[in-house]
Amino acid sequence: MWLAASVAHAGDLADVKARGELRWGGDLQGGEPYVFEDEQQPGKIKGFEVEIADALAQKLGVRAKFMQNDWSNLVPALERGDFDVILNGLEETPERRQRIRLSTPYYTYGETLTVRAGSKLASLADLEGKRVGTLNQTVANDILKASPVEVVLYEGQQEPYMDLAKGRTDAVLLDHVIADRYGCVLPELRCLPDDVARGHYVLGMGKSAPALEDAINRALAALQRSGELERILTRWKLWDSRQKPAKVVATGATPAPSGAPSVASPPEAAVAPAPAPARHFGRGHALLFLQGALVTLLVSLFSFALASPLGIALAIMRLYTGRPGRWLAAAYVEVFRGTPLLLQLYVLYFGLADVIRLDPMTAAILGLALNYGAYEAEVYRGALCSVPHGQTEAARALGLSRWQALRHVVFPQALRTALPAVTNDFVALLKDSSLISVITVVELTKRMTILAVELRDWITPGLSCAALYFVMSFPLARWARRIERRLEPMQAPASDADVGGAA
Amino acid sequence: MSTPVIRLLGIGKRFGARQVLRGIQADVKPGAIVSLVGASGSGKTTLLRCLNGLETIDSGRIQIAGHTVEPNPSDAALTQLRADVGMVFQDYQLFPHLTVLDNLCLAPQIVRKVARPDAEKRARALLEQVGLGDRHGSRPSELSGGQKQRVALARALAQDVKVLLLDEPTSALDARTRDEIVGILRDLVKGSGEPLTVLLVTHDLHLAETLSDEVWTLVDGQLSHVKA
Repeated sequence: MWLAASVAHAGDLADVKARGELRWGGDLQGGEPYVFEDEQQPGKIKGFEVEIADALAQKLGVRAKFMQNDWSNLVPALERGDFDVILNGLEETPERRQRIRLSTPYYTYGETLTVRAGSKLASLADLEGKRVGTLNQTVANDILKASPVEVVLYEGQQEPYMDLAKGRTDAVLLDHVIADRYGCVLPELRCLPDDVARGHYVLGMGKSAPALEDAINRALAALQRSGELERILTRWKLWDSRQKPAKVVATGATPAPSGAPSVASPPEAAVAPAPAPARHFGRGHALLFLQGALVTLLVSLFSFALASPLGIALAIMRLYTGRPGRWLAAAYVEVFRGTPLLLQLYVLYFGLADVIRLDPMTAAILGLALNYGAYEAEVYRGALCSVPHGQTEAARALGLSRWQALRHVVFPQALRTALPAVTNDFVALLKDSSLISVITVVELTKRMTILAVELRDWITPGLSCAALYFVMSFPLARWARRIERRLEPMQAPASDADVGGAA
Repeated sequence: MSTPVIRLLGIGKRFGARQVLRGIQADVKPGAIVSLVGASGSGKTTLLRCLNGLETIDSGRIQIAGHTVEPNPSDAALTQLRADVGMVFQDYQLFPHLTVLDNLCLAPQIVRKVARPDAEKRARALLEQVGLGDRHGSRPSELSGGQKQRVALARALAQDVKVLLLDEPTSALDARTRDEIVGILRDLVKGSGEPLTVLLVTHDLHLAETLSDEVWTLVDGQLSHVKA
């Protein structure tokens, strides 16, 4: 009861005033100039949105408090009551306006198309069939989804431009704020001068916070009237000709009560398309899920097919070779086991892009294989050690060489011991493969999160996703158990009663 | 009669500070059965293991079945030697993942490169000889102790060895089974085309007396008593 009540009330003006702070949600990963960590003073944040938040809070007579959140989950987090407002480059769309309360705009952005310097691509129309990078949950993504292009989704703002420069994509479509800072500055890239579309950044507030919405809009209008907003934007080099129409809106103070978008169309604006979202999990979604599951399964199978021999080779190096081999294998295991898989994927895909340019799928398979190879190495090392030394001696006494003894006597027995742990690792890999979405591979979990946000429902996509993982892992576990039983020598020991009975 | 099949020329072996074997000197004639007896820790098993290179010697020289073992032998030399010198371990050490037949065929196929049908034929004959003709498809875990011992014997003989080393072949067996093994051993020595020489370590003085041509007693790492 108490919990429900507290959630329901979270975020309206009375709570904000009572608490004395305006909690605003954003993602530091969004980086400069929105909100980011001050490199001079670690732990402190700065950015034009920090200044806007402070100015707004001051108008409300409270302090501003930043709440870190994953950008693509800002809306659900707001609805959960994690904070009072979203203030982080949130674009105004009719769809969002239906879901939450949106303030009047505080900034007008232009969707900027960036291509490689020598490219002949000159407009969105030229991009048919091309690979175009953008961020998930953005208007740019909506525009691209409505166009005949292959969309490549990224998590951070720098990566799309890095990949474009490397030739992994043909263009990037993102807000000019991002393009100006991360894309246009690269010598390999060129930003096209005309905006593909224009839109507004607005604050988001919970459905149950009408008073807060009103107060925020008044505060924004006051900041615009006094010129403080312009000063903040100028300080961050964000003030440009696009901002003029937004200023006009400011005089209108309150938005239409119906929640319809109060978009002041810039003169040449092509309004951002907002495809009518499907509200229910349908056949098309199911197919997308199956496709995601297939990606997960293939990536897992291929990477495990590489990780297993790698692990076996490492284990053998660690147990049967000279000091340099042992040392190398041990170092490999410690490095790959001791650092996060996510980091390894980033390094492999983005960090090493100048040395080897891997496509996302190859990088995903390789990254998982290299990481799991280290785990498999330990599994096989343990299994090899568990075979009694007498077995090696018996094989050697029969005249087998070290390698023959390993191959024909020790390893087959070790394999049986290793199998349960190996199966376990494969199931873990199946789930860890969801991390490859950071290098733009859309696998099952990524498909689920994309869909969940689109459908505003986590239950159906979540359960479907879980069911698919289960369907993939359970038969494998069963199959491994069967193999294990087949490899197992029969356990029933002969009783002493029949000793010599056959003689 | 002929030249000795085994010559031990001043064998010395130490484990750390402990001198286990002190200048062992002895010859074994082809076709002889020699029992090696002595108190626990007297170095019997160590001497046996030195004979096929499972333990390296620190001093002296071993001539066995036409091979020579010196301190610091090469791996390749030992591998060649072992193809001619079979060994049966106290705890048998059958390969649990293989059938009885495959336990016998493994070494001939890999070491001597015998074709599978030939290896199998020889293995089946040996299994008949040790009275296990019907157990070729069994796993070691399905066998009794005496049956395991017989499989281990057959496995050691599967590649026509000249010398057979046995470590406590009857220690884990009851009296009846022990007698069966002794009978099989006798038949094997007699029945083989080339004379088979057997060196066995045992605690069982009765076995030593009844089975062997010679009994060696190891005391403090030296052969104190050689009874022909």
